[in-house]
Amino acid sequence: MFKKILLSATLSLGLATTGLAAENKHEIEDLAFSFEGVFGKFDEPQLQRGLQIYTEVCAACHGLNLVYYRNLSDEGGPMLPEDQVKAYAAQYETFDPELDDYRPAIPSDRFGESGLETAPDLSLMAKARKGFEGPYGLVVNPLFRGVGGPEYIAAILNGYTGEEKEEAGAVLYGNTAFAGGWIGMPPPLSDELVEFDPAHENTVESMAKDVSAFLMWTAEPKLIQRKKAGLVAVIFLTFLAVMLYLTNKKIWAKAKRKD
Amino acid sequence: MSGIPHDKYEPKSKSEKWLHARLPIVGLIYDTIMIPTPKNLNWMWIWGIVLAFTLVLQIVTGIILAMHYTPNVTLAFQSVEHIMRNVNYGWLIRYTHMNGASLFFIAVYLHIFRGLYYGSYKAPREVTWIIGMLIYLAMMATGFLGYVLPWGQMSFWGATVITGLFGAVPGVGESLQAWLLGGPSVDNATLNRFFSLHYLLPFVIVALVALHIWAFHTTGNSNPTGVEVRRGSKKEAEADTLPFWPYFVIKDLYALVVVLIVFAAVVGFMPNFFGEPDNYIMANPLKTPPHIVPEWYYLPFYAILRAFTDEVMVVQFASFITGGIVTAKFFGVIAMFGSIFVMALVPWLDTSRVRSGRFRPAFRFFFWLLAFDFMFLMWLGSRPAEEPYASMALYASFYWFGYFLVILPLLGLFEKPQTPPETIEADFDSHYPPKPAE
Repeated sequence: MFKKILLSATLSLGLATTGLAAENKHEIEDLAFSFEGVFGKFDEPQLQRGLQIYTEVCAACHGLNLVYYRNLSDEGGPMLPEDQVKAYAAQYETFDPELDDYRPAIPSDRFGESGLETAPDLSLMAKARKGFEGPYGLVVNPLFRGVGGPEYIAAILNGYTGEEKEEAGAVLYGNTAFAGGWIGMPPPLSDELVEFDPAHENTVESMAKDVSAFLMWTAEPKLIQRKKAGLVAVIFLTFLAVMLYLTNKKIWAKAKRKD
Repeated sequence: MSGIPHDKYEPKSKSEKWLHARLPIVGLIYDTIMIPTPKNLNWMWIWGIVLAFTLVLQIVTGIILAMHYTPNVTLAFQSVEHIMRNVNYGWLIRYTHMNGASLFFIAVYLHIFRGLYYGSYKAPREVTWIIGMLIYLAMMATGFLGYVLPWGQMSFWGATVITGLFGAVPGVGESLQAWLLGGPSVDNATLNRFFSLHYLLPFVIVALVALHIWAFHTTGNSNPTGVEVRRGSKKEAEADTLPFWPYFVIKDLYALVVVLIVFAAVVGFMPNFFGEPDNYIMANPLKTPPHIVPEWYYLPFYAILRAFTDEVMVVQFASFITGGIVTAKFFGVIAMFGSIFVMALVPWLDTSRVRSGRFRPAFRFFFWLLAFDFMFLMWLGSRPAEEPYASMALYASFYWFGYFLVILPLLGLFEKPQTPPETIEADFDSHYPPKPAE
């Protein structure tokens, strides 16, 4: 009944049809991340593993163009020592408009753009997707579990069914978490694909979680500072509220004949 | 300022007298701060202060954001991320501004529904009400313009859909839309003018707020009983009122801080709860997001906009008698603006001689149904445009109009209201009985 007006309201037909697909999306599992909750913090070793997974696997196609190499040593992030950040950056070349040529990257440069045109930049991915909604659009789930961006990323990485199909010359891979059930990205992770030093579990499930945590950091590098500020603000304002409550009570006491 | 008898400012020292003879600004401030206020105001009378605070908060954070933001289609998205990542405390300022918009609308809806329940809009406060409605419209416009600035996917497509509404105006629609956008579609010219207007409108709101305050300081505040302050003598007036400072300033500050605790928790712990993830994807004119939804505060009116389709009889009738000039889309636009227009007319639609809903049992039933209807429409606005939501939205829209255009006018004639107390003092004393004389 509404399709007609929607079309005329300059929306594409896609709205009605893919809107439906979004409703039927697979249930996404709520993962326990260290950065959740009021006192949550990023887990440095986990971010470092995530960086390694990104570097060895994701970076082949996906960019991280909003993040600077120097951010890797920022407080609340992976906290790499500065010499390691320099060495990390130096692996890459960046275009310098002043030289009009490529040169080795330095910490004040940004991570590269996506190498593959169809691969989205991952800088903000953990905030640009939602894992939880509803039920029935009532946002009860996001209220209690968060928006679920990192969970969505992990679910995609874990969600491959092993099926493949060809459509319009492109291979699509069955994925339970992706809207529509088929995704263009081949399964990027396999067990023991990345070796960590010091050694750490490297199953697909574990690596999916690590890289999701890393991408939450790239999307929200100030998350720890934000939660700290929030906590301080809530405590301070609660104290102020108590003071004002008592002041208010005293001021009104005479008028309310309670003195 | 107000017609309620009270002590006026008297300049005492020589310098005070000197200034007062030339510019009575101290007197103006004094009379504003010391205005006699009904002493029985309850906790629903705190939202005005919350709104005034939020307006200042939005302007201050907004001005700082504007120092770092670049209104250009290739740079806007990155400049917002620059604020989030590289500007000192930019993330705090931006998240405060972003969630400040939600705080603004939560407060304004509670403020408006308080007015509707207690009949604050009734004579002699019609002008206050009308100015309030203008403020609300200006807020909606400002919020919409601001949402476009980060140049995310929802910014772009929201702008496309909403400006498309103006395209539905018969005859001049297309030219009007192009004039608003500065071109055939949402593009750099649109972003630039939206930035300019988003900076301008808050100051228009400041001016309107000054008029709003001036208007109700002239009539005096309404109050939960709807009984007017006695103005026969200063003694009578003082029995009904207390000065705004310190009684209500402290009370309002206390309430404001309690509200801010929740606000700080949202900004600190769930700053993206009210937002759409799609807006963290840069605008792409070639890729329509699967689900275009406006910000939560527009949803009730978005639901009304979508409710009137070709298949609705009223729409078919309107189309028939206008010879097809009124299309379903245009009808939806009229309905959306009409839903706010009928609310603005409520001072003349409500025929009851009793002001406050506290003494109107039948009214109360319909009022709470309206409040539920509003929440229901908000939910429907977030749902996909399909059955059963479509029919629900239509019925809910009918109730919205029915409440203002049919129920309120008739209710005043047929209902049997209870008797309000004689005076504000009597109401106050029934809650806080005077001590027996010693």
